[in-house]
Amino acid sequence: MRNDAVRRLISKVITSLCAFAVLVALVPLALILFLVITQGILSLNVDFFTRMPAPVGEAGGGMANAIAGTLILIGLGAVFAIPIGVISGIYAAEFSGTKMATAVQFAADTLNGVPSIVIGVFVYGIAVLPVKQFSAAAGGLALGVMMLPIITRTTEELLKLVPISLREGALALGATRGWTTVSVVLPAAAPGIITGIVLALARIAGETAPLLFTAFNNRFFSTRLDQPISSLTVQVFTYAISPYQEWHRQAWAGALVLVALVLLCSVLARYATRRLERLQTGH
Amino acid sequence: MSPNATKLATPTHGLVNVPPKKGGPPIESLPTAIEVEKMSFYYGQTRALFDISVKLPAKLVTAFIGPSGCGKSTFLRTLNRMNDIIPGARATGMIMIDGKDLYGSDVDPVALRRDVGMVFQKSNPFPKSIYDNIAYGVRLNKMAASRADMDAIVEESLQSAALWDEVKDRLHDSALALSGGQQQRLCIARALAIKPKILLMDEPASALDPIATQRIEELIYRLRQAYTIIIVTHNMQQAARVSDMTALFWLGRLVEFDKTEQIFTNPHEQITEDYVTGRFG
Repeated sequence: MRNDAVRRLISKVITSLCAFAVLVALVPLALILFLVITQGILSLNVDFFTRMPAPVGEAGGGMANAIAGTLILIGLGAVFAIPIGVISGIYAAEFSGTKMATAVQFAADTLNGVPSIVIGVFVYGIAVLPVKQFSAAAGGLALGVMMLPIITRTTEELLKLVPISLREGALALGATRGWTTVSVVLPAAAPGIITGIVLALARIAGETAPLLFTAFNNRFFSTRLDQPISSLTVQVFTYAISPYQEWHRQAWAGALVLVALVLLCSVLARYATRRLERLQTGH
Repeated sequence: MSPNATKLATPTHGLVNVPPKKGGPPIESLPTAIEVEKMSFYYGQTRALFDISVKLPAKLVTAFIGPSGCGKSTFLRTLNRMNDIIPGARATGMIMIDGKDLYGSDVDPVALRRDVGMVFQKSNPFPKSIYDNIAYGVRLNKMAASRADMDAIVEESLQSAALWDEVKDRLHDSALALSGGQQQRLCIARALAIKPKILLMDEPASALDPIATQRIEELIYRLRQAYTIIIVTHNMQQAARVSDMTALFWLGRLVEFDKTEQIFTNPHEQITEDYVTGRFG
């Protein structure tokens, strides 16, 4: 009986500790959201989405150029990283255990650990210095390099999760190994891979360091790939360290839009994944 | 070679309990579908099969029985070279189908598997629609010239596997929404759709409930008219019910191969008698 009481007490203590830990973990997120929303909402209006940055000392203006820039940069990064990442992920999964596959895994893990500022410097070296020109293309490349290891590893892991029985089923019908991968294994893993890709997009949407000396910044609206381009993150950074009250307010609004963008990505990822899974499983 | 599937599709409930014919021609006189000679198989350093020699007769059901790890599944999977995908696996000896050695250098295992179909222990429908599951192998082998052709093959295959009536109104729903027994019959239909000569079944009913098992057994009983069927089973009653011939494996060796009634009533080997009477296994 005594033991029982002690056991129940320990159980209660541990449960409360777990609950406390969860609370502590959620506090930063809640605070960030609270601060960004309460501060950002004040300067958020239609102008913010449609107008260009106002000159110093002038009230109003917006970040239309930065919002468009961020979308363009993410798109460029995706165009670069998705094909290469998915294909190298397929390779690493299909030829798992070979030297080359191990090399791919090792390279992806190492690249994933490289600080983003270093990736920025690297792309500066290969894509900015030779042409002596900051450009949207260089920014997209830097973001693509950031995404690459995430997509590679996600694709590989998810392909490996597809049961071998599915593979055998296709092979037993006379499919080649390559066709089995393309027609059965890849579609089966597709919902997860898409989630991984969208989360990687959300992740790079918030990157500043790789853009500082690749895409640089642009006070004007630009869609040209060979010219510097503005982005929400760099714009928020620039405004936040400026001495002007008005710019600080704009920075908060930029931060809010950025958070909303990332949230939208996650929600979209969930939705797309659910839809695909429902199509495949019928429930 | 191709079966008249629609004729096969007439329901035949209760056939399972009809015992295999007594007597009949001696096994040496039966036409051979697969001739195996001194077949050995290795997983890396481990030898899994020892000099198997056997002539498996055509258009009959042959059951492989034996305790777990005796090599019956390994042997089954050498018959369509499914073991090729296991790293370090190696086979020696000869397996002749239609006068060609499966392990000959000129044989493409991918092409071979179109003639030797396989149904697995765990049903493995693709996460696609019922229709697309059947159509997968048909498209692969370019067996349908038109959409109408494909529709006909899908219906015929599902009829052969006794699944048509249950799914005809939802052909484009996901195959994963079917019950376990239905999924397994879908996998059988998928294998039949590419008109194999030989159908290998690796414990096709071991994951199913008794009713679903009975339906699979009825199906096997009917398909024997059109296909050479080889079935691995853990269930000796099942072997006795569905097979014409039975092979007993033990420790990687083929101990005895004979007509099923012979194996179960009057085996030559002591091991066989001990196994079928349940003294070990």
